[in-house]
Amino acid sequence: MPAAVGAPEHGAAVDYRFIDEIRAAAEGDSRLETCIQCGTCGGSCPSAADMQHTPRMLFAMARAGFRDDVLRSNTPWMCVSCYFCSVRCPQEIHIPDVMYAIKSIATREGVAPQMIGADFSRTFVDNIHHYGRSFEVGLVARHYLRHYPLRLPGMAPMGIGMVTKGRMGFVPHRIRGIAGLRAILARAGELEAAGRSEGIRP
Amino acid sequence: MSTYLYYPGCSLSGSARAYAESLTAIVARLGIELKEIDDWNCCGATEYLTLSPLRGYALIGRNLALAERQRNGTNTLVAPCSACYANLAKTDRFVRESPVLRERLNGALAADGLQYTPGSITVRHLIEVLIEDVGLDEIQRHVTRPLHGLRVAPYLGCLVSRPDYDGRWSQHEQPRDLDRLMTALGAEVVDYPLRTACCGGHMTQIGPNTGFELIRRLVDAAYRREADLMVTVCPMCQMNIDAYQGEMNHHFHTNYHIPILFFTQLIGLAFGLEPKALGIGTEIVSAGRALGRIGIEVPPAAEEVVPVEAASHAGRRPKRSQGLPMPRLDEDDR
Repeated sequence: MPAAVGAPEHGAAVDYRFIDEIRAAAEGDSRLETCIQCGTCGGSCPSAADMQHTPRMLFAMARAGFRDDVLRSNTPWMCVSCYFCSVRCPQEIHIPDVMYAIKSIATREGVAPQMIGADFSRTFVDNIHHYGRSFEVGLVARHYLRHYPLRLPGMAPMGIGMVTKGRMGFVPHRIRGIAGLRAILARAGELEAAGRSEGIRP
Repeated sequence: MSTYLYYPGCSLSGSARAYAESLTAIVARLGIELKEIDDWNCCGATEYLTLSPLRGYALIGRNLALAERQRNGTNTLVAPCSACYANLAKTDRFVRESPVLRERLNGALAADGLQYTPGSITVRHLIEVLIEDVGLDEIQRHVTRPLHGLRVAPYLGCLVSRPDYDGRWSQHEQPRDLDRLMTALGAEVVDYPLRTACCGGHMTQIGPNTGFELIRRLVDAAYRREADLMVTVCPMCQMNIDAYQGEMNHHFHTNYHIPILFFTQLIGLAFGLEPKALGIGTEIVSAGRALGRIGIEVPPAAEEVVPVEAASHAGRRPKRSQGLPMPRLDEDDR
């Protein structure tokens, strides 16, 4: 079991403002501060067994200010966004969105425990910046060559099937308003950075 | 003729081409006009929210703003992909809920002269529109080739009845709406308790062992109930269960062969449409035999790619996995 009780595992200082930092990064109103530690989330989670900390424990750590341990936990990266926890949570906490917020902070600071997750997201997002749409072939090709070259031989029949059955478009579609979309995303990035430098928003 | 705004999503022109073809064919029969939002962009799935929530919402918000600008007589935006649907509906909900997010989102959209008025667009999933607006009676009226004898596992997946912030579904976990729709088509619906369990989403890409286990549970539950095939309303679920079933079999040394079709494909078949016009035959785990059993001839695909070890139930019994020690709903039925 990971040491999650008492003191931060990584020996970092306790940061009591961390829970507010997560709430701000989640955008919207995550209601994270209302957690009653009931554990319904972990009991509902299809991938909890592969998590280093259950969501309940992660939220307790966040509240206790174990910033470093939370950011280095694999838990948010194991979240499959199925919303079972979310609809069962008696406090109606937007749990998957809390997970996104933690992942975004961990990725930005380069401390995410499994860079493959962040890397897949980056590849996906790069396609959006290029085309405005997802480009499945480009995404899968780049991701598998980089992270799963050994899976490729076993996947050949499936890959051939996807191609011969016309399920893989080799020409990406670029939206007409790509310049406008990039401007929107750039502005959103500036607003996000400004929110951080202004400190914790209410 | 009822008209809706339409957001197809990226996979409908790629891996879920069959979904696009079959839904186009059936909505024409049902007198529905879908007006595609001009120049829509990707919803970002869960990937943009992972890296940067505000940019993720801005990306989704652009689609809502375009829909608001292009609406003409209707405020209802229909999405056939569960992930797109959930993202669009969630963003609308969150900007209604949080004045701060509303201001920040519109601040970003202003960079391209756009803005979104929270609540101006109602986002709905295609299946909910077909069941609630068209109605099962009307759908049944169009059935000319009932799917009698076809055993179907109704797999709604997550992201339709959950998070469901607007309360469109009577139940989050065991809604029977897809069951009822399949029954209306004449199919035999198996009791499938994993109807809204998760397919793992992008886990096949970033954590395959977790992903394969989630796929195994779903396929195994359908197999144990002797379903001929599974039916889905989501491109991601279809992709995971169909395209990764071979790799999952390889991982667990099993030989499941459970095809999965889009609900629109089954509706089209029941309406008497040609299998080819519905994209049938584009699945990796072929539904040919299952459909042949009820007298629907599927032309052989250009190249039948069924992995040898996944080709039939007849061989080895599925091996118990060394996977996650999680409760299994189907354990009692043995």
